Amino acid sequence: MTAVDKLEVVATPEVPATHPGLFHRAWALPTAKIGTVLTAVVVLVAVLGPWLGPVITGHDPTDFAGKPFKHDGIAGTDGIGRDVFTRFLAGGSTLLLYAVLATAIGIVLGAAVGMFAGYSGGRLDSVVMRGNDVLLSFPQLVFALLAIAMIGPHGWLLVTVIGVTHAPRIARVARQATVAVVGCDYIRAAEMYAVPRWRILTGEVLPNITGPLMVELGLRLTYSIGYVASLSFLGLGIQPPSADWGLMINENRIALVVQPWGVLLPVLAIAVLTVGTNLITDSLASAAAHKEAR
Amino acid sequence: MSLDVTDLRVSTVAGSPVLHGVSYSIRPGEILALVGESGSGKTTAGLAALGHFRRGLVPSGGTVTVGGTDILGLTEPERRALRGRTVAYVPQDPALSLNPSLRIGRQIAEVLPAPDADRVAEVLAEVGLPSDPAYQRRYPHQLSGGQQQRVGIAMAFACRPGVVVLDEPTTGLDVTTQALVLETIGTLAEEHQVAALYITHDLAVVAQIADRVAVMRGGRVVETGTTREVLGHPTHAYTRELLDAVPSLDGAAPAAHEGTPVLVAKDISVSYGSLDVLRSVDLTVDTGECLMLLGESGSGKTTLSQCLSGLTAHYTGSVELDGVPLAPSTRQRSAVQLRDVQYVFQSPFSSLNPRRTIAQSVEVPLTRLTTMDKARRRERVAEMLDRVRLSRALARRLPEQLSGGERQRAAIARALVTTPRVLVCDEVTSALDVSVQATVLDVINDLRRELGMAIVFVTHNIALAREVADRIAVLLDGRIAECGPVDEVLTRPSHTYTRELLANTPKL
Amino acid sequence: MARLIVRRLVVSLAVLWLVTLLVFIATLLLPGDPARAILGQQATPERIAALQHQLNLDAPVWQRYLDWLGGVFTGDLGFSTATQGSVNSLLGDRIVASLVLLVAAAVISTAVGLALGTWTAMRRGRPVDHAVSGISLVIAALPEFVIGMALIILLSTTVFRLFPSVTLTRPGAQVWSEPSQLVLPVLTLVLVVAPYITRMMRATMSEVLDSGYVEMARLKGLPERTVIVRHAFPHAIGPVAQVIALQLAWLAGGVVVVEFLFRYPGIGQALIDAVNKRDVEVVQAITLMIAAMYIVVNLLADIVGMLTNPKVAAR
Repeated sequence: MTAVDKLEVVATPEVPATHPGLFHRAWALPTAKIGTVLTAVVVLVAVLGPWLGPVITGHDPTDFAGKPFKHDGIAGTDGIGRDVFTRFLAGGSTLLLYAVLATAIGIVLGAAVGMFAGYSGGRLDSVVMRGNDVLLSFPQLVFALLAIAMIGPHGWLLVTVIGVTHAPRIARVARQATVAVVGCDYIRAAEMYAVPRWRILTGEVLPNITGPLMVELGLRLTYSIGYVASLSFLGLGIQPPSADWGLMINENRIALVVQPWGVLLPVLAIAVLTVGTNLITDSLASAAAHKEAR
Repeated sequence: MSLDVTDLRVSTVAGSPVLHGVSYSIRPGEILALVGESGSGKTTAGLAALGHFRRGLVPSGGTVTVGGTDILGLTEPERRALRGRTVAYVPQDPALSLNPSLRIGRQIAEVLPAPDADRVAEVLAEVGLPSDPAYQRRYPHQLSGGQQQRVGIAMAFACRPGVVVLDEPTTGLDVTTQALVLETIGTLAEEHQVAALYITHDLAVVAQIADRVAVMRGGRVVETGTTREVLGHPTHAYTRELLDAVPSLDGAAPAAHEGTPVLVAKDISVSYGSLDVLRSVDLTVDTGECLMLLGESGSGKTTLSQCLSGLTAHYTGSVELDGVPLAPSTRQRSAVQLRDVQYVFQSPFSSLNPRRTIAQSVEVPLTRLTTMDKARRRERVAEMLDRVRLSRALARRLPEQLSGGERQRAAIARALVTTPRVLVCDEVTSALDVSVQATVLDVINDLRRELGMAIVFVTHNIALAREVADRIAVLLDGRIAECGPVDEVLTRPSHTYTRELLANTPKL
Repeated sequence: MARLIVRRLVVSLAVLWLVTLLVFIATLLLPGDPARAILGQQATPERIAALQHQLNLDAPVWQRYLDWLGGVFTGDLGFSTATQGSVNSLLGDRIVASLVLLVAAAVISTAVGLALGTWTAMRRGRPVDHAVSGISLVIAALPEFVIGMALIILLSTTVFRLFPSVTLTRPGAQVWSEPSQLVLPVLTLVLVVAPYITRMMRATMSEVLDSGYVEMARLKGLPERTVIVRHAFPHAIGPVAQVIALQLAWLAGGVVVVEFLFRYPGIGQALIDAVNKRDVEVVQAITLMIAAMYIVVNLLADIVGMLTNPKVAAR
């Protein structure tokens, strides 16, 4: 608030920016609409693809379809003769599923820990956040590599480790948002009626931190997609012979000059998907920040 | 140098008008008070004297003449050359307008055309602050609020400007400091023959310091004249309204109150580490009476009110309701006890859950503390909303759709819905405009009479005493300095602090 | 204030120590027996036992931890089962190679981000601002290997053929002997991180430009340049420093994928190889290095934050 503004509003609104119209306001922004369209297109391809692929091309993702790196079929063949288009259509579903699950785990864990720390305050808060800091001292990817090295590239491990490494980052945001809310008088008002603590957390705090949490959700989803795809690209995620976009990019990049589609299609798909989710996230962030400037 | 604003029109970039042709003028050595409530446009009108418009606002007509030159006709670099030198500004909140990472000496020197340490020292001395180099090297956060404000004044007067615009410079300062700052401003303006524009919403301050007054409402000047004229014989209805709403220290003594003690606090002490916030405080509140708990910031009044209501358990001593000791924390009190002692918070902007409708918020105490069924609860909520004069249509709205005054009344309704016998109100009108404050006080008074509640009214503004209280307890540094019926304390104060407060409080 | 810095340092050291524990315990859980891995299938039980003894694998866990930790301090990072040589010799050159990438990327992205962020903050709302915002939003969304791949497609193969897509360094030569092969990896890293720095700088700068004291500085009649340089900029640095540090720390992890993509001979590539070959000691060493880098950069950011906050600095 500037020195000038303070006068026109005799008391500064202290309530954090989670207005029930958050989604309405976000939707009004062009980035939200563009983002939703982009995401929806890719999600449709990912979800319907595995079923549509064989229907359109007549091949299965792991079938031998022709000579390697030739241009038969819609998008040609890959290094061991499989049809690229079919593999492309089939390559998104697992990626999407893992990303969504990992994000969900992260949000639930992170929000719970963050809210608990923020509401408790004092030493408990310090202890939890210090522990959080230790977990934060690893880049997520390196942590995942370590875990995969230990246990092997299993799907459940991918999901769990990415989810668990999201949690401390989300916990930080959740805690900060909770602390801002806990400073407000309506929380203390609830204490005047002896509302039990857990009820205060779920009934008074949580509805008022959905703004920042929604933004984190969008952000983490974008990252999850990136991490799962990156790990598959490195050969440590989804394993051959499954069709996966990240994996395909690595498999087919040797023949980039000769047969670009094996790389181009999955690159485009991942790019459009992540841009879409990021645009949606950005519109949510703008909407949350503009609560006061109506 | 004089300031003449003629038919100034300002609108938003989108075209909606904010100022509808505002005119005022100030002679050298004269102080004009620009009075209005929030949204009246007084700040916009004041900043226009500097040729400055906030983001989103543009001038759409009129002239602003300073010493013969129309500022609005100048280019931005030309206006910048005038600011600080010819026309200066004292902001409302120095905490926001002093750069926290620059030393104050430096910030004052910036205004001068050439760095001049002697001048800086001179200017600091003029506002009553130490002028030694060590003091100049301090950072803003190392100064008190009053000192920071005086630095702001020093910055403004440093170049001997012809016009100074003061934007509510004493809001947030305690009464004693306020008196000091007003005196400084008056002396400087007089000495240097400055045309001063004093923007405020506080009519009592206007009476202290201004020669002439212009009253603004909704982007228009509704009345202008000398202070004596406007405050003594107002011609416009709105001015009369404003004046009526100002709480007055004079008045008839209320009838003596008879009642039995309902809430008794004994030997309450609170300390955080080595800091003693409350020292052995005793307090009694009788049924049906309103006890004003008066104190400035740091006196411990909020802490005391929280001890009484169970919001803090960190105290020694006892609080009894009808002779029965109350547990220190609300979580250990019985439902009956919780129903009987309720609390209203200061800020209407943060005491209602923004995600709940008014009706839902007001219903919560009934759901938690009574066994009423849904229908009965709804009925009761509607009844209470009527009592606080909130239209039933507002019940289904969210807090942000209500004004500050409406929200505060909703918060009061929530506190009353269990018909408490004791209501603790913590600075409930401090965040509100004067006219809104008057409405809320009316509501509280009516409720007290109708329901026979005891009220503990916590405030820093002694002027409210006659408006709302039967007895007054003055809190100073964690101790009760004085306690007695309102009439006695106001006319025959026994403690020097009370006398000081009364002397320093501006009156109409 | 010095006391605060020392306290922060101690916390960082504590975290670093906990990380070493974590890394060590993690590698304990690795399946397989390093001795068996070294000697191969034909090894007799006696030879395995002998090698286990030689490698200290039969010592109690806490002692192995202390030995390893001691080795870290003295610079001996262990034995690589894959190359049958010391971890040090394996990583020596690679650390330098990765540092080249990281430092170059850090410097360029910070400079670009700060400049672009300030510039767009001063031109808020204008088309240029929206354009830069939109572009950074798009780039920020993409995973790094997608950015790298896109750069390869554009600049290395299909569209233009400007830069090599693979690093082909003769053994023994330094990576910078052929500067053109550094361009794409560095560019990829810069594109990964610069958008965040730009957006953060823009947001912080905008907030500062709207603040009370900047407005007051203007109302005091100060020239705009003084307002920006003396009153606005210093207040934007603190919060931005934290974000910049986070981004740079993130590079420490991001470098792994980029090196793999460009076959760049750095520690990232080494980590992937080691994970694939279950080369325990190498994985330990590299993970520790990356975590240490992360922690150090975060510590520096916090210190910068403290130094630029006058309420803390003045004590």
